Amino acid sequence: MSDIRFAAIRTGQAISRARIPQVPFDEFRQTVVAAAAEGRRVAALFGDASGPPGQVDLYAVLADGVRSLLHVGQTPIEVGEFAALTPDCPQVHLFEREIAEQFGIVPAGHPWLKPVRFHASYRPGCDAWNRSGAGPVVGVLDFYRVAGDQVHEVAVGPVHAGVIEPGHFRFQCHGERVFHLEISLGYQHRGVSRALVGGPKKRTVHLLEETAGDASIGHATAYCQIVEALAGTQVPIRGEVVRGVALELERLANHTVDLGALAGDVGFLPTAAFCGRIRGDFLNLTALICGSRFGRGLVRPGGAAFDIDETRRVQCLERLDAAVHDVESAVSLLWNAASVQARFEGTGAVSIETARALGLVGPAARACGLEHDARQDFPSGIFRFVQVPVSVSLSGDVLARAYIRWLEIQRSAAFIREQLHSLPAGPVRREVAPLGSGQIAIALVEGWRGEICHVALTDAYGCFSNYRIVDPSFHNWAGLALALRDQQISDFPLCNKSFNLSYCGHDL
Amino acid sequence: MIQALLARLRQGHRTLAYPKGVPTLPDRFRGLPIVDSSRCPADCRDCANACPTDAIAIDDRGFRLDLGRCLFCTDCVEACPDGLIRHSQEYRLSVRRREDLVYDGRTLKLAEALDQKTRRIFGRSLKLRQVSAGGSGACEADLNVLGTVVFDMGRFGIQFVASPRHADGIVVTGPVSENMRTALLDTYAAVPAPKLVIAVGAEAISGGIFRGHDEVHDGCGALLPVDLFIPGWPPHPLTILDGLLRLLGRLEEPGQTA
Repeated sequence: MSDIRFAAIRTGQAISRARIPQVPFDEFRQTVVAAAAEGRRVAALFGDASGPPGQVDLYAVLADGVRSLLHVGQTPIEVGEFAALTPDCPQVHLFEREIAEQFGIVPAGHPWLKPVRFHASYRPGCDAWNRSGAGPVVGVLDFYRVAGDQVHEVAVGPVHAGVIEPGHFRFQCHGERVFHLEISLGYQHRGVSRALVGGPKKRTVHLLEETAGDASIGHATAYCQIVEALAGTQVPIRGEVVRGVALELERLANHTVDLGALAGDVGFLPTAAFCGRIRGDFLNLTALICGSRFGRGLVRPGGAAFDIDETRRVQCLERLDAAVHDVESAVSLLWNAASVQARFEGTGAVSIETARALGLVGPAARACGLEHDARQDFPSGIFRFVQVPVSVSLSGDVLARAYIRWLEIQRSAAFIREQLHSLPAGPVRREVAPLGSGQIAIALVEGWRGEICHVALTDAYGCFSNYRIVDPSFHNWAGLALALRDQQISDFPLCNKSFNLSYCGHDL
Repeated sequence: MIQALLARLRQGHRTLAYPKGVPTLPDRFRGLPIVDSSRCPADCRDCANACPTDAIAIDDRGFRLDLGRCLFCTDCVEACPDGLIRHSQEYRLSVRRREDLVYDGRTLKLAEALDQKTRRIFGRSLKLRQVSAGGSGACEADLNVLGTVVFDMGRFGIQFVASPRHADGIVVTGPVSENMRTALLDTYAAVPAPKLVIAVGAEAISGGIFRGHDEVHDGCGALLPVDLFIPGWPPHPLTILDGLLRLLGRLEEPGQTA
């Protein structure tokens, strides 16, 4: 990577778009493929049609976690197709499908080129599948099929049995055994990316909070870091602490309920019942700080909209200790129950090679032994000063994904305690200057599901000409599909819950 | 086994006394906004202009806030130059008719119970099928919470079921994305009559923050006959439970908040 021509920037930094080198497509492709082969990740790969008519520029953001650097490069595509990167770099498979769907250009040679969200092309008249007439119909496509007399197909969704978001799952089974699972989403598509163009507007920050409702803090933080980078605003340290505490409370709430749900999926009811309640205790801690259980309205450009005053700080600490004590008693039952261990262990295993090839992020990647954690690799906010140890496991199965959650619960609790004990003085928020024009900014935040990546391009007026959101689920859904290979179909709920990915974060 | 029992002992009894007693909500809880519009300076539109979902209208009919669009955020509170808007602790927000959500800043007409015949059918056992139609996961999370030991809506005979065939109604979340329209209508059609439709959250009622997007239908009201509107972003679990119990006529208290 030493001779790489891409521009190197850090998370939460903005540079002039003119500084992003425009390279010929072959070099662009080669750089991305080589970087992935050397163990870097493709954090984002997207198209941009704000240039000359008929031209789509491809941007790639390569994440080098060892040096905390993001390498950005760009290449113009002037014809209707380009040579797909996916055959040589599987982790971009969904990015390329997204580019094809949004801009109607074809990644030629893509092994599984299908729509992602089932919407019309952003460029009328340019459709990657040459569809015409009425708009695309969600879920109508050919699924991967395994042929044979004894093979049967199981279709699940979009409406599921539980109180969860919609998506379609298509299993190719031989008896109970799953040969292949194909996941077809897009049902939740609400037009988030399109609505962000031209911002920031009065709706923008709220849209980000609703991008993935259970990760409001994570997405709002990434958005605010983008705005602050573009405006050159520095957040007061107390504001950074409040944001960091909120981010870890979000992690605590979600990890706790997932452990409870995993227990429920194997019929271990004590932990299921306890954790469902304790999640509420963590949500209520967030509500104690800002009034909303999901942290809506807390993270705002320039810092935090609510302060943690002294009484609140003391109350927070007391209630945190009680909730952590409860979660400890609830979760330790899991590790001591042979019936639970027998169901978790070896189920839905993903190898480290697969995880790396797919570019998995978050707990799902760490469960396979990949030490990716944006809080360590690309520290921003308070995490520049305080290191949270990275939790890693090796077996890549449901047990590992569950155990990672437990390790992270303990470490997030310790972090919050430490921060609240030494809350720095000063304001929590600062005025934000107007946004710089003709810039690119990137923010990486370790949400509870993994790396949340936002990339913004601004126009000559300092408005977003393009705003990309890469939810961790976008990388990880393929991980779930591969985790199901050779598993029993009855283990699907367990595997699914161990990933617990966002549908709307993927569908945007 | 002994560990499970000890843990059970430690975790204790956590079900709320509600509806006999109402739990304390956090002091910053953003419930029903109270607006002292009598003191509004003439021609001031700062709150209306700040509102991300254009929920506020001020004209010759006075101040009106559409709770069906309200995100219960603080943008109007911060925008008001005279500090005339504040959030109260009032968590009771559900209504039966869409127009009842258009609120003058002082009194809100809460949901009335179902008629006696329907109450005889659903009053002691209400099975609901939830459909997320573009919901972000937050509304869904606070619906799930109703099943935990804290709210335990099973004690009122209310339960979420897996199949629409087993359900007495559907609970809709999300702005109804175009890509979920067919699935939502199919699910509704699969519920045997008589059946209820309950819209939970700003998105399901009005499209919320996605209102006006080509990709959504601005809530389920245009597609389905809604029997109960539960506003919020997302609504607090107590707000949802209050709405459900009010609908079933299981709360004995006046139907108006002030």
